[in-house]
Amino acid sequence: MEAIIDITNAIVLILNYIIVPGLSYGSQLALGALGITIIFGILRFANFAHGDTMAFGTMVTILVTWWLQSKGVSLGPLPTALLALPVGIVFTIGIMVATDKLVYKHYRRHKSAPVTFMIASMGVMFMMNGIVRFIIGPNDQRFLDGERFIVRARDFKVSTGLSEGLSIKVSQGLTIVIAVLLVLALFWFLQRTRTGKAMRAYSDNEDLALLSGVDPDRVVLVTWILAGILATIAGTLYGLDKSFKPFTYLQLLLPMFAAAIVGGIGNPIGAILGGYVIAFSEVMVTYAYKKVFIYLLPSSLEPSGLMQLLSTDYKFAVSFIILVLVLLVKPTGILKGKVI
Amino acid sequence: MSSELKTKLAFAMVAGLLLIIGFSQSWSVALGIFNLCLISAVMALGVNIQWGYAGLLNVGIMGFAALGGMAAVLVSQAPVAAAWEAGWAKLALAAIFFLATVIGTRLCYRKMSPGRHRTLSMTAIIILGLIMVRYWLDPAVASIEAIESAKTGFLGGMGLPIIFSWIFGGFVAAGIAWVVGKVALGLRADYLAIATLGISEIIIAVMKNEDWLTRGVKNVTGLSRPVPYEINLQTTEWFINLVSWWHSGTLSALSKTDQAGVLKQAVIESSSIFVKLCYTGLFASVLIIVLLLSVKALNSPWGRMMRAIRDNEIAAGAMGKDVTRRHLEVFIIGSAVVGVAGAMLTTLDGQFTPTSYQPLRYTFLIWVMVIVGGSGNNMGSVLGGFLIWIIWIEAEPVGVWLMQFGTSWMDEGNSLRIHLIDNAQHMRLFFMGLVLLLVLRFSPGGILPEVVRRRS
Repeated sequence: MEAIIDITNAIVLILNYIIVPGLSYGSQLALGALGITIIFGILRFANFAHGDTMAFGTMVTILVTWWLQSKGVSLGPLPTALLALPVGIVFTIGIMVATDKLVYKHYRRHKSAPVTFMIASMGVMFMMNGIVRFIIGPNDQRFLDGERFIVRARDFKVSTGLSEGLSIKVSQGLTIVIAVLLVLALFWFLQRTRTGKAMRAYSDNEDLALLSGVDPDRVVLVTWILAGILATIAGTLYGLDKSFKPFTYLQLLLPMFAAAIVGGIGNPIGAILGGYVIAFSEVMVTYAYKKVFIYLLPSSLEPSGLMQLLSTDYKFAVSFIILVLVLLVKPTGILKGKVI
Repeated sequence: MSSELKTKLAFAMVAGLLLIIGFSQSWSVALGIFNLCLISAVMALGVNIQWGYAGLLNVGIMGFAALGGMAAVLVSQAPVAAAWEAGWAKLALAAIFFLATVIGTRLCYRKMSPGRHRTLSMTAIIILGLIMVRYWLDPAVASIEAIESAKTGFLGGMGLPIIFSWIFGGFVAAGIAWVVGKVALGLRADYLAIATLGISEIIIAVMKNEDWLTRGVKNVTGLSRPVPYEINLQTTEWFINLVSWWHSGTLSALSKTDQAGVLKQAVIESSSIFVKLCYTGLFASVLIIVLLLSVKALNSPWGRMMRAIRDNEIAAGAMGKDVTRRHLEVFIIGSAVVGVAGAMLTTLDGQFTPTSYQPLRYTFLIWVMVIVGGSGNNMGSVLGGFLIWIIWIEAEPVGVWLMQFGTSWMDEGNSLRIHLIDNAQHMRLFFMGLVLLLVLRFSPGGILPEVVRRRS
């Protein structure tokens, strides 16, 4: 009996500190990486501005959320930000389509090298970053309201009688649910609709697609719309879960790139897989397993150290070590990349 | 317009901008900006060597600049004898095990035939090696960091004059660039960009966390200087004489009692300018040396070969050029130049703060300099370094001023006005992006494009 309780405690610990955070962070990364991978698949460049696009969408959502809150509107237990999300998406799509018209279209017409697109996206990144900091400032913003937890650690302990608690935040639950729904909708769109099929054809072989009557402008437009939706939702979910700070979103660019490449860039399923691979390795490598071992091992074998592979500060480094390893060992990523 | 005339005009414009700043703000500010312009120009030259000569997209400038900064600490700080005594043996063992792991993995990779056996034994060697390294490193780190952690808590440096760090910083950056290049240079352009971006973040993460080496986020302040201190100058006789001679005109017009006060004020002001001028001399010498060498290299057969590789890798390879080797070479040289600039920057700051390294400022801004100035053209990069740094610094006061002017019709206490003025400083990021996009669109070669010489 004692042993079963110990094992359950260890499982709850792992659930609480690894599985739940890993799943929600992984979903956020996956949505971000999906945006990057779709842009790469269709427009064929690594978009450095994606992190700041996420920040922009989140910022609009936050502003609308504040306005709604000031009007006394709320969603009850759910965060008000969900109501504001569509407005954020519309604005983000608007700014992305405008950027495409003003910046990228020119290089597409001139068939510039991918590197030129990439450098242009650095310019867009600067501008977007400037706009976000100008409007909302460089500081932390919180905009989460409604219920905080689905499962509280204390309630869990009381109802199960275990000594370890499990807590699931509303934001974490929402993240996972929304990510699943969004991904399903995206795949339905790519696989079943005419436009989705046109996009996949365009990504596979541009010339062949053009010959078959695919309208390139339409494909590009839809790409930016999809990227805008994904970026805004990913950014808002991340902001609800942690907090919103423009600089953090720039930093998110790195794990998102890593996720897209590790999974196989250009491949949407790969991006999702990559997101979870990166998120779980970040969480697992930097978690201190001491307590887990205390539950599982007899007291004579109790570990003296924290049993932590790397200190928490190396969180971002982990995603890059994985990225570099994948690039070296299997540059196309886990799933074969460059198809959509 | 001939390219030479254009170069002269562009630099005259930069000089004009600095003069305007000197007259309108103060000469001390103008000199301060000029010093950072010089450092930025060296850094931009380093990036130009990689991107302009060879077409290597290195988005990890920040990491190499930080390595240079770390070198400044390692060269100039006094060694902490107690920390060495406490930790050197364990540290040496950790280093030996680390080397053994690297060599073992490499041997395994070389000697064994590809397949599951090789992968398994390599993984085993790496895991075993890491356990051994951690076994010796962790107690070493603990004992080093325990020694006066509020004051030192790290190994310290070599206790040499800080100016040597400019050379040492170049070598450190070159060494790491060799490792990075070996790993990442086989990648396609966009993968290389992302990989270097990641590697630079890893470098910064290491510096933030390995307190025994760099003191981490506790920072190293009060680095020694290669130039005199203002406070010492103000009491030095020859300096006071120099200032009174310089100001003799104004001084003689004053009464005896006023003279002493005015002279004292003048000495204080001049001492800060004098220190800045000393830095200017040092930085300018480095810039001139690097620039001369760059121009020489670009015009040499080596430079021609590099451009040939950049323009058509396959053709150059077919002509018997070892593309991978040349890429590695140019990656190391460029990174070393960035390392030198990074060391100069830390020397000027007088402190090493790992948290201050942010990609927007240390990677992407340098890229804007190179692209706007003119990639492939050394003078262009120098110009870009000067111009973009001036815009970067001056966009803040100008932006605030514009906002104040633009919102002057609003109430003093209007919250929108206060917000606009408070946040105007962030518009400089916006302007940087705008400048980059405009140049990239309308003058893709930059302000001073690469000079293509053809045999007539």
